[in-house]
Formats: sequence, structure tokens, C-alpha cells
Amino acid sequence: MHVKAPDRTAAERPPSRPDRRTRPLRATAPRWWRSRKVKGLGYAAPTAVFVAVFFVLPLLLVGQMSLSDWPLLSGDRGVNAPENYTDVTESTLFWPAVRFTLLYTVIVTVVLLGLALLLALLVQESRPGAGFFRTVYFLPSALGLASASLLFWGLYSPTTGPLSRVLEELGLVDDPVSFLGTPTSALLSTVFLIVWKFAGFYMLILLVGLQRIPHEVYEAARMDGASRGQIFRSITLPLLRPSLALTLLLCVTGSLLAFDQFFILTKGGPDNSTVTVVQLIYREAFQRLNLGTAAALSIIVLAVLLLLNVLQFRGLRHADES
Amino acid sequence: MGSTAGPLGRLRRLVTGSIALLAAASLVTACGSGEDGSGGGGGSGAADAKGADDGTKLTMWTRAATRPQSEALVKAYNASHKNKIDLTVIPTDDYQAKVGAAAGSRDLPDLFASDVVFVPNYTSSALFADITERVEALPFAEHLAQSHIKAGTYEGKKYVVPHTLDLSVLFYNKELYRRAELDPEKPPTTLREWDQQARAVDALGGGVNGTFFGGNCGGCGVFTWWPSIWAAGEDVLNKEGTEAQLSSGTAKKVYDTYRGWVKDDIAAPGARDETGTTWTGVFPKGKVGVMPMPSTTLGLMPKDLDLGVAPIPGPDGGKSTFVGGDAVGISATSKSADQAWNFLAWSLGDEAQVDVVAAHKDVVARTDLASNKYSKADPRLVTINELVAHGRTPYALKFGQTFNDPNGPWLTLMRDAVFGDGGSVDKDNEAVSASLAD
Repeated sequence: MHVKAPDRTAAERPPSRPDRRTRPLRATAPRWWRSRKVKGLGYAAPTAVFVAVFFVLPLLLVGQMSLSDWPLLSGDRGVNAPENYTDVTESTLFWPAVRFTLLYTVIVTVVLLGLALLLALLVQESRPGAGFFRTVYFLPSALGLASASLLFWGLYSPTTGPLSRVLEELGLVDDPVSFLGTPTSALLSTVFLIVWKFAGFYMLILLVGLQRIPHEVYEAARMDGASRGQIFRSITLPLLRPSLALTLLLCVTGSLLAFDQFFILTKGGPDNSTVTVVQLIYREAFQRLNLGTAAALSIIVLAVLLLLNVLQFRGLRHADES
Repeated sequence: MGSTAGPLGRLRRLVTGSIALLAAASLVTACGSGEDGSGGGGGSGAADAKGADDGTKLTMWTRAATRPQSEALVKAYNASHKNKIDLTVIPTDDYQAKVGAAAGSRDLPDLFASDVVFVPNYTSSALFADITERVEALPFAEHLAQSHIKAGTYEGKKYVVPHTLDLSVLFYNKELYRRAELDPEKPPTTLREWDQQARAVDALGGGVNGTFFGGNCGGCGVFTWWPSIWAAGEDVLNKEGTEAQLSSGTAKKVYDTYRGWVKDDIAAPGARDETGTTWTGVFPKGKVGVMPMPSTTLGLMPKDLDLGVAPIPGPDGGKSTFVGGDAVGISATSKSADQAWNFLAWSLGDEAQVDVVAAHKDVVARTDLASNKYSKADPRLVTINELVAHGRTPYALKFGQTFNDPNGPWLTLMRDAVFGDGGSVDKDNEAVSASLAD
């Protein structure tokens, strides 16, 4: 008697041995290939190679340069450590440049972040016109820093710029205004450019942070009778801390590395009053034609930046935990 | 009979053969490059005095400051020769950095021009090929602008020839002179007269100023102030270019005159801030009486501006000029030195100097062509061309970092001397010397 085997659905059928051509990779790949570690390495390799070629290798080269007598035009002449480091720190421009860079960083960070936060608070609500103002505030960020610096150089120029002439026509000043002619005016004119250029960008970062704060928290505070000031101090600022940390980090790092704006607007003048540390690196490499001292200065700046960033992170983490 | 070694033996032979071929190729290359690594270079003149015109494509760099002159020469050369030059104009401020980076990667073009004051940096770093014999074989060698030739001579060998000459001269506005009741045909012959005439024009008022200068520009200072010191027969540097003599009595007289112009508002607004970017743009507006200008701007002046040209005088007379501009050489790594020389030799010939350079109202690189069919039509050009023989080009290996660097010691001296009380000139001069001897 022929007994008909019960009809099984495909799902119930035991899996047949897959065809060699269609067998999944997992089944055929060697054991080492199936290891998670190897896979991880495979995924990370392209980035690792990129970082090695474009960051680690150049960094090692800069390290080697900083320990060598290395004129720009004639190349490596052998180790001379620690001469480049002592030469750089003994330069008459080094400590004034460090002091100026720190002063500039403090001024720009305070003014820029304060204004960015104010702008973010002004446009955070979706009221009529908010989109327009957000766009207007952000627009200068779309311009390159070199282009913006050139634009302001033209505006500030007492011989070709319109700003001084307009102020004279309006009767606000009697004589042509020298926007870049004194140490103070040169610093303030540059700070104005940077604030104009970057306030919208930092506003955007803070705006995203503001919009992540749940409305319920504000409502609860209002129901408890909290004033605007109390809400700002006890809710907005603490919950905005991650965004503030990011903007602080970006602003401090960017200011310590300031170059373009001073290179175009003041060239470090008048009377060497606006020389930044990165300008000194450029000067060593391309005015004094000495790559060794330029590299030594670069390593010093890198070390200081790393230290500052670590301290900033620690400080912010500590504040979060407390 | 087949190989006894089998496939492995064949592979070994292939590898050995390839290595031998590579070794032979490297040996040939090494022999060809010479001990000093100067590559094809310029040789020192074994080739034809006119070089080779065989349809080679050459590359050339020049800086933006002398762009019109370089472009005119290259355009005329390309139109009349089989060789073709691809000219790249690089922003003046970036030029040193660009040459330095290219030198490091041995990626220099066949020909590159340079601000003549930076030429010693390049000759001492062996970036140019030796062209001594080629230059000396030119029938007009002795008439070439000697200040450029001297700047390009290193350890007795010549590396460059004059490319474009830019002289500092006085431009004065004849219309303003007439209005100030000054004789428009009598420009100043001493610094004192210059001062008097500038003050007379300044007294016109109504936005008219006596003079102008780049007070925050070291390069402008050496270009326009030093001729007044040279005109008195003094020098500003020692022969080796390692010591400054910028605190002499004559130098202080020059600074005093400029300080007087600042103090009494004789200089147009903006002199204190002028970094050199716009200093030549003030005179063409017609509101400045008399000021030093680069001769290369003569052809760019508005046609309706009635201007005269005069040599820069010293405190008590004399005349001089800063023979600036660009010198050009063949890069030490060029593999087309004969073709590159063909351009250089042609650019110094009668045809190029008269029909291209003089026709554009520029200064000719040869003293025997100072008077030519174009300069005869404009006496101002004769004045300028004849000044080449009275002018100087300073020589210092550390010129850029000392005098052109906006954060260098010369600019500090300039500003202290003119915008300050002038009391720190001696101390500042020591700082300049220290930088030169660095």
C-alpha cells in the first residue's frame, strides 16, 4: 500500500543543503573571516588608513621637522633639537602673540556666544517672521572667512572704503576714521567681523539645543510660578549645556587658531599689536623661510589645544555629574 | 629543450631581469642629474647662444605685481615662436611660499621670475640654473641692468637676467601745481623743495593733499625712502647685506621730513594704515600733489591726468631710484633649459625690449635702449630709463624677513621714526642689523 507522505509546507520542510553557488557567505567563508574582530577591522580600515595618511604621517613629519634644521628652500639639514623650540620661545613676538591670542579668544568667546544665545532665544518660537530672521542671522555664515575679511577690509579702508566717508557725511565724525589704525580699533574691528560672520552659525547650534528641551518642563515650571529669569537659569541653561559645550569648544579652538581675518585685515599690525600665534607659524615658514621653527611652534600650539580641550571636557563632565 | 628550473626559475629570471633594467635606468638618470642635483638645469652655456625653438611647451611663473609686463612678453613670444610658454600668475603675497613649496617637492616650472630682492634667497639655495656663459655670450651683456645682474650673481656665477624693471620715481600733478602757483616744469630737485611743493599744494584745501606714502608697508618704505638716502651718496646696508646703516644723519633727515608731513596733515588720510595694497591707487584720483610711485604705473594713469615725472631727490640734491621689478631665471630642475633660454635671450633682444616693453611705457632692461622710438615720444620715459644707471638694488640674504615682513624690524623703525618721535631710530637700526645677520 502506498502511503502518501503528509504534505508539508515549505516552512516545515527541513532546510535542504544549499547550492554551492547560492550558499550564503557565512557558510563558506573561513573561520577567521567570520570573526567579529576581523569584520570590525575591515569596516574601520578605510578610515584608519585615511587618518594615518592624512593626519598621523603629517604629524610625525611635523614632529621630525620641529627637531631638525629645515630651511624651506633647501630641505632637511639634520637634527638640531631643541634649538627650534628655544628659538621660537625666545622670539620677541612669541609672548605678545600668546597674550594677544588669549585676549582675542576671551573677547570673541564671550561676545559671540552671548549674542548667539540671545539670537537663538529671540527666534526659537515659531512666530510669524521667525524663519526670516533665522535666515538673515545665518546668512553671513555662508560666506567664506577670507571673503568676509576682504569685504570688511574694503569697508574699513580709509582710502577706498565707504564706511568712514558715510560717518563723515552723517556728521558723526569730523576726520576720517582709522578702523585698523590703532591696536584697540584693529582688535575691535576684527572682533566685529567675526561676530557678524559666526553669530548666526552658533545661533543655529543653540537653537537646535533649545528646541530639544521638552515644552512640558517649561509648562510645569510656569505652573509652579517660576519667573522668566528662574526658568532661564534653572531650566534653559542646564538643559542647553551639551549645545553650549559644543559651541564653547568650537569657539575657543577657532579663536586660538585665528589667522585669516588678521592676515587679511591687519597683517599683525599696527605695530605688531595683532599678531596671533598661527600668524607666527606662517611668518616662520614663509617670511623667515624656516620650516623647523614653524613646525616647533605648530607642535606647541597642538599640545596647548589638546590640553585645553581635555580641560574643557573634564570641566563640563564634572558640571554634568554634579 | 625546456627550462630545467621550471616555472619558478622563469619567475626568478623575470624578477632579476626587471631589477637589472631598473638599476640601469636609475644609473642613467643618476648620471644625467649631476652631482649637485641640478637636473637638466641651464648648463652654463654649451648650447647655442639663442637656445632652442623646437615647439617645446614651457611653464613659467610670475607674481601678480608685474603681471602686465610678463603677459605682454609671453604673448609676443608665443605669437612668434614654436615654443609655447604657459604663464601662471601667482598672488604677490603668496609667491615666496609657492616657490618654497615647489622647491621642496622639486616641482618648479621651467622659468620663474622673482622680485629681484628675493633672488639671493633662491640663488643661494640652488633653485636657479647657472647661466653665466649664456649671459656673457649676449652681444649686449654689458648693457643689461647691472643692479639686477649683481643681485642674481652668487659665488661668481650668474643665475638670472632682468625681466621687468620697476623704478621708484616722483609723480607730480601738474594741474595742482598750476593751481598752487608752482612751476609745473620744475619738479623738486631736493627733499626740501619736495617738502615745500607738497605743502604748497596741500594749502589748496578742498580734499587736496600734498603727498602720500604707505606708512604701514615695509616694502613701500625701502622702495621710496631709500633713494633719498642713496641720492646723498650714502648706502643703507653694508656690502654683504648683513648690517644696516639706517640711522645715519641723512636717513634721519629723510624720516624727519616724512614725520613733518604726518604731523601737519600734509600726507593724505590713510597713510598711517596703508599696508601697500592701495598706495598706488591714491595719486590717479588727482587729489595728491607729489608722491613717489612705481614707474610701471605710468602707463596705467588716467589719460586726462596731467602728470610729470622726476627722480627722487636726496635732502640736499642728487637723484636715485630703487631698481626693483623682477629678475627671471631657469629653474635648476628644468629639463628644457635650451628652450627656456631661447625665451630669455629673445626677451632681452631689441625687438622685445622696444616693441613690447617700451611700447607699453615700461622701463627697458638695457641701458643702450634707454632712448628709443617710444621714449622719444614721451620725455617722461627717457627720465625713467636714464635713472636705471643711477639706481641701486640692495643685496641681503635676509631681505624679506627684515624689510618686507609686516612684522619685521624695518617696519617698526619706519613707524617709530615717522609716527613716533623718532627717538628710537638707533635702537631700531640695531634690530634691523640683528635680523640681517640672523
